[in-house]
Formats: sequence, structure tokens, C-alpha cells
Amino acid sequence: MRYVLRKVGLFIITLWAAITLNFLLPRLMPGSPVDAALGKLASAGVPITNAERNAIEIQLGVPHASLFTQYWDYLKNIVTLRFGTSYSFPTQTVAQTVGKALPWTLVLVGVTTIVAFIIGTLLGVYAGWHRGRAADTSITVGATFFGAFPPFWLGLLLLYVAAFKYGWFPIKGGYSPGTSPSWSPSFLSDALQHSVLPAVTLAVTTLSGWVFGMRNNMINTLGEDYITFAEANGLRGRTVALLYAARNALLPNVTAFGLILGAVVGGSVLVEGVYSYPGVGGLLFTAVTNHDFPLMQALFLVITLSMLVAIFVVDLLYVRLDPRVRSAA
Amino acid sequence: MTIITAIPPPEAPRGGLGGKASPRSGEIPGGSPPRGWQPLRFVGRALRTLWSNRKARSGMIILGLIIVVAVFAPLLAPHSPTATTFAPYKGPSGTNLLGTTGNGQDVFSQLIYGSRVSLIVGLVAGAAATFVAVTIGLIAGYRPGVVDEVLGFVTNLALVIPAIPLMIILAAYLQSRSVWTIVLVVAFTSWATGARVIRSQTSTLRTREFVTSAVFSGERLLRVVFREILPNMTSLVAASFFAAATAAVLAEASLEFLGLGNPATVSWGTILYAAQQQNALLTGQWLMVLAPGLAIVLLMVSFALINFGVDALSNPRLREK
Repeated sequence: MRYVLRKVGLFIITLWAAITLNFLLPRLMPGSPVDAALGKLASAGVPITNAERNAIEIQLGVPHASLFTQYWDYLKNIVTLRFGTSYSFPTQTVAQTVGKALPWTLVLVGVTTIVAFIIGTLLGVYAGWHRGRAADTSITVGATFFGAFPPFWLGLLLLYVAAFKYGWFPIKGGYSPGTSPSWSPSFLSDALQHSVLPAVTLAVTTLSGWVFGMRNNMINTLGEDYITFAEANGLRGRTVALLYAARNALLPNVTAFGLILGAVVGGSVLVEGVYSYPGVGGLLFTAVTNHDFPLMQALFLVITLSMLVAIFVVDLLYVRLDPRVRSAA
Repeated sequence: MTIITAIPPPEAPRGGLGGKASPRSGEIPGGSPPRGWQPLRFVGRALRTLWSNRKARSGMIILGLIIVVAVFAPLLAPHSPTATTFAPYKGPSGTNLLGTTGNGQDVFSQLIYGSRVSLIVGLVAGAAATFVAVTIGLIAGYRPGVVDEVLGFVTNLALVIPAIPLMIILAAYLQSRSVWTIVLVVAFTSWATGARVIRSQTSTLRTREFVTSAVFSGERLLRVVFREILPNMTSLVAASFFAAATAAVLAEASLEFLGLGNPATVSWGTILYAAQQQNALLTGQWLMVLAPGLAIVLLMVSFALINFGVDALSNPRLREK
């Protein structure tokens, strides 16, 4: 219980720190993002109401107010989801734009992470068990190579070969133009087809993290006395590998989840951009190209908070997985 | 305490384990050679050990080749990387092995010159991130209590904030489009993993006898930390350097691909950016995408392979038999 309480406390403090960092970033930067933002809005032909100006200023920095009042207004606006208007999508609020994109990324990143975790862990177990042999070398060298692929580059190559050249998959977007998102089977299968290439790109480039973590943990675990004892007892190799070594090697790997999720999320920004995927990453890509500061700021907040929540959930799961943590509490 | 520390951890202090550590116990036992020679001899020995690891050796060879290409770029490149002397959008040919850009520049020459930027960004940003990691890790590990708690929290925060989005935001605000901005951004965002490892190693070394005896013999704080503790985690420092350098190469390419770099610099990232801008893939100039990407992969792989050797140095269980 103490462990859980400590984690909850840390989660809240981290949450606060991330929100505050998001507040400080645009204010510490040279130049005035507010003026740039308002100028862009005006040139996009959007009439700027006072409320509008107010919301953008609160997010990016009010020229005259004290930092404390700015911070207070900023917190109030976050709670009420007022992030101003972006000039990339002037007809809707930033909250609506981000809200529409979020499910796409959550599903894409979520499914990819789980698939990469399963495949990568299995490969790592296999490589660790056969350490020093040909299988180990080919898995580690292969994972090193794929892990070094810049995600956007692999995305471009897959796009060229599998979508443009051979037409196995649709070229861009999250669904065919002309259809609108719904829960109908035809739309879902359409969306699934569109998600294959981005998902494969992300999974391949983030697999290596799980492989190496698991392999090293396996090798460390295999040096333990209880493994020697199990082998001396004449247990079958597979039993020792999976039930004795892998089970114990898996736990430290779960704690690496946050780091690897960070890589997936980072990769998704560029990959979604390459595939014009309708998710958060694709939006950030657009926001950066248009110097759309209000949208950028809101997206960074949403991405960071989603990651914090995901890591928090895994931390809590860890209590269920590791009896030592439970009994130490 | 003697019982706890009786078994040396994987990376045992090379000098005076066992309490008799003299203040001079450095890398080389027995005698104090001239100061200037120590680092050289140390580097030589580290390189020899790395060379004996198969993966690290391949990595060092690849990295060596890339360095040679970068240093001798003017001799190796057939044309100027920036001169717009050719017809634009040309496919591969005898004169332009990888075709030309929309401005009529030779892509192959750009590829050769581009190695300079990626190498410099990787090495400098890696060194800068490692410097931050070592500083924070040493302080946090050597000063338990409030200092450690605060630095530990900052480190954990930096770990969970997604690096690439943070880099993108920072680079978008800092509107100076220079390579050094990217170095700064990378150094600011990739130090946390190293800091955490170095912190935990420092805090285990802090209570060891050779450190205690150095403190009791009246050594200054800085000397204890830098001469007694730091030399015992050389491999951790090297590992975090190569990890940060790998991240830096990827980050530089990503930021430039997004158009957040300076399009006038010749680098692998800007070639990819130009390729994307001119829809090189759809016009059949796929080599313009393939080649710079492969170059990035090779550089990152060389760092990663060297790191295998470094890992094996610090963890004997990972050594090749």
C-alpha cells in the first residue's frame, strides 16, 4: 500500500511539473510567440475576438500581467479545456481538433506497443537463452540495425514500396477520402488497412528496446543459482528457459516500459506526419510546419499527460506482478 | 560493512580495493607515471579491450570509415555539394551517381559532405549530454538527502517527458536555424538515462573503503569525486556517451526532416527534407531517400555496436565467451 501511495504522490507531482513546464516553455523562449500566433490568425482571415486573444495570451504569455496571475489563468484554462484557436484549423477550437485526433493515436500507439512488446520480448528470451550462438548474434545484430532506422525514413520506404509501387496498402490518411468515421464494419476494415503501414513502421523501429532489455535480463538471470539448480534437477531446457528464467527476467523489463513508450510516441509524431495519419502526431507535424503555437502547445501537453498516465498505470500493474513490491509495502 | 563490500561489483576499482588505497591509487598500480601519459595509456588500453569484442570491432571499423569520409570529403566528393550547376530533378547517372536536387545540386557529393554534420552533431551533443549526465549523476549520488531527492525527481521527470516532441517544440520556438541549436536541444533532452545509471553507481561507490580512506586522508571533495570515484565508472560514462550520440544523430535527422533545421546546411537530414519537399519518391528518385537514410543507420549502428563492447566491459556476464 505504501508503494501505491508513493506512486500516486509521485504521479501527481510529475503531472504538476509537466503542466508547469508546458506553461514556462513559451515564456522562456526568445521572441513573442503570442504576436506570431495572432499575426498568423489574422492572415488566416479569422476575426480575433477579445476572448480569443485572451485565451492565446494565457497559453503563450500575457505581455503585462504578473507571472503568478498568468499561471493561475493558465491552470483555469486547462481545467476548462480552453486552448484558443489554431490557425491550421480555424473553424474549430484546439480542444475539438485535439480531441478528434487523440483516439487515432491512442489506438495506433497502444496496439503497436503491445505487439512490439510481445514479439520483442520473445526474441529477447530466445537470444538470451541461446547466448553466444548464431541465433543470438543474428537477433542482436538484426535488432541493432532495425533499431537504428529513423522511423520516418522506414515509413517513407514502406510507403514507396508497399503503397506506391505495389499498391498493397493505401498511400495516406487514416481512412479513405469520402467516408466519415463510424463504427460500421466497412469503415473499421478501411481504417485497419490504413493503419497497417504506420503500425509496422513503429513496431519495427521500437522492437529493439524490448529485445535488448529482455536479452540482458535473461543473461543476468541465467547466472543465478536457482537456474543452475533447476538444470541440475534435470528439468527440460524449455521449462527452465520459460518458467524459471524468462518469468523473472520479465519484471525489470516492465519498468523499461516508460522509456520505450517514449520512443514509440516520439516516432509516431514523424511517422504519422509521413502517412498524413489523422492522429496527434500528424497534427503536431502540421502545427510545426505552420508555426501554429497554440496547437503545438496543447498537443505537447496532451502527449505528455497521456504518457504520464500510461506509465502510472504500468507502475500500478507492477504491484500486481511483483510480489516483492507488495510484501515490502 | 566489510562483509557487504567484500564481493567486488562487476566493475571493481582497479586501484586500491581493500582499504590500503593511497591517494595516488589511480589507473596504474605501482608507481606514479608522468601525469600526461596516464590518459593516453588509459585510452589505449580501453581501445584494445574494445577491439577484442567482435561487435565493438565492427562498430569501430564502420565509425572509422565514416570519419575518413568526413575528413577527406573535399577529396572524395566529385562535385561541390552546394553548387547549382546541374539540371534539377535528374535521376542517377554517371556524373550524378544519386541524381540531383531540385536546385541542381549533386546528391552524392551532398551525401559525402553530410557525414560531417551528422558526426559533429552526434559527437558534440553526445559529449554535452554526457557532461550533464555525469555532473548530475555524481552530485546526486554523492550527496544523499535533499539534493539527491530533488535531482532524482528532475531526472525522472526528464525521463518520462517524451524527448522527440519536446525537441520539436524547443526547436520550433528557438527560431535560430543553426546546427548548434540542435546540439543544444539534444543535450538538454538526452541526459537523463545516463544520469540515473551514474547516480546509482556513485551512491554504491561512495561507501566503499577506498573512498572513505581518501576522504579521511583529507582529500578535497572534487578530487575524491573526480579522481577516486569517476575513474571507476569509465565504462558507464562511455555507454551513456554512445547512447546519447545515437539519440543525437537520430534527433538531428528528425528535426531537419521536419524542416526545423537550416536547409542551407548540407547534411543527411536536409537531403531527406529536400527529397520530401520535391516528392522524390513519387518521381522515381528513391535513391535520394534511400542513401542518406542508410548513412544515418550506419552511423547509429556503429555507435550501438561499440556500446555492446562497452556493456561487456562493465558487465562480465554479457561478455562473449
